[in-house]
Amino acid sequence: MTEVSVTKDAKPAADDLVVLKGVNKHFGALHVLQDIDLTIARGEVVVVIGPSGSGKSTLCRTINRLETIDSGAISIDGKPLPQEGKELAKLRADVGMVFQSFNLFAHKTVLENVMLGQVKVRRTAKAEAEEKARGLLDRVGVGSQADKYPAQLSGGQQQRVAIARALAMGPKVMLFDEPTSALDPEMINEVLEVMQQLARDGMTMVVVTHEMGFARSAANRVVFMADGRIVEEAVPDQFFSNPRSDRAKDFLSKILKH
Amino acid sequence: MDVLLDNLSLFREGFYGTVKLTVVSALVAIVVGVVIAGCRVSPVLPLRIFGTAWVTLLRNTPLTLLFLVAFFIVPKVLYPDLDSFVLAVAACGFYTSAFVAEAVRSGINTVPLGQAEAARAIGLTFAQSMRLVVLPQATRNVVPPLSSIFIALTKNTAIAGAFDNTDLFNVSKTLSNDGYDIVMIFIWITLAYLIITYAINGLFRVLEHRLEVAR
Repeated sequence: MTEVSVTKDAKPAADDLVVLKGVNKHFGALHVLQDIDLTIARGEVVVVIGPSGSGKSTLCRTINRLETIDSGAISIDGKPLPQEGKELAKLRADVGMVFQSFNLFAHKTVLENVMLGQVKVRRTAKAEAEEKARGLLDRVGVGSQADKYPAQLSGGQQQRVAIARALAMGPKVMLFDEPTSALDPEMINEVLEVMQQLARDGMTMVVVTHEMGFARSAANRVVFMADGRIVEEAVPDQFFSNPRSDRAKDFLSKILKH
Repeated sequence: MDVLLDNLSLFREGFYGTVKLTVVSALVAIVVGVVIAGCRVSPVLPLRIFGTAWVTLLRNTPLTLLFLVAFFIVPKVLYPDLDSFVLAVAACGFYTSAFVAEAVRSGINTVPLGQAEAARAIGLTFAQSMRLVVLPQATRNVVPPLSSIFIALTKNTAIAGAFDNTDLFNVSKTLSNDGYDIVMIFIWITLAYLIITYAINGLFRVLEHRLEVAR
């Protein structure tokens, strides 16, 4: 495997929203994140791709400390990630997260799912929270399902509700951990369209995905990971047409030749 | 029949004593048990150690020994003037709380991890995510083992009767000292216990049914 020196856009430091420096993590003997340096600017859409087991989901989950790290530093909007506790909870409220398996609260209706964080974390009044929740549900196209339970919705609808739930907190950055990997093919697009709209609206996004089409059309930057390292970073056009590393060439040849 | 009719008020007193001790101990056990279960799954290491120690210590100690500690050591060392009912509640309640904690923990483990992760990801604290997201979904799976635990508690309260608490077991002792036929005493006492345990049985069946509908 050839390591390619990584070129980065020289953005002013004040605009850096998420900064990872020298991040390392082990799962037992497996060195799942190796010296990860990654900076995400405000308003930037970064798509993380790579083969299974390359550490991309883990990377995504370290950003709101759902996974702890062994060494290195992560800061969001200039503040280092605090230890588990009230401070961390406060910070997580500013970081939206969308999971592969949706993880909607099964005992609450769709509307309650989108209201819970607003009421319990932001201390928003119920009426105001409901209005915002209904607005967001309309925006992601599931407004008519507000009073149903998550289990009554299709996967694509559930994932759009999950996006609305994250947006309800007014996050500074949204993390997407393989948001379409658990969906039937015909439902993938409805979720991607919502994400594309978000990207156009200027949301800062970190997206771990296998959807190369989304990476091409919505990403400002593609980060390619393999074996726990960031092997290559580039703008999508350059990455897909002319990858510099052998590892990326190999990966792309496997997934694009169908 | 004479035993019952001659001593109806004594039986009533004993029955009331057993019910009161069972209900109050059960409430203590639920509150303490849920808190201890929360400790055992907490991200904070000292709390996890405390929770594990609590369960290990209380679950593995014979209840009679706990009563001996409560009635002979606690008054000497800590609080000299405690009522025997309070001491009995402490012994039964704390003992049962260890079992409740494990039942609640097994319920918590049936809730997919993603639910807690999603709760934390929107900024809920650990306590909030437990109370608002995890425990409500765990309840359904905790109810069946809880009914067994509380039926066992009902029968365990008899030990308090041996420690000078007025309850059914205490009444049976008094009556056999009075010279009544021991077989008849036991039949009536057993019936009284059955009434309580069947009531718990029914209560939990209703609860289980309710929770099934609620989803």
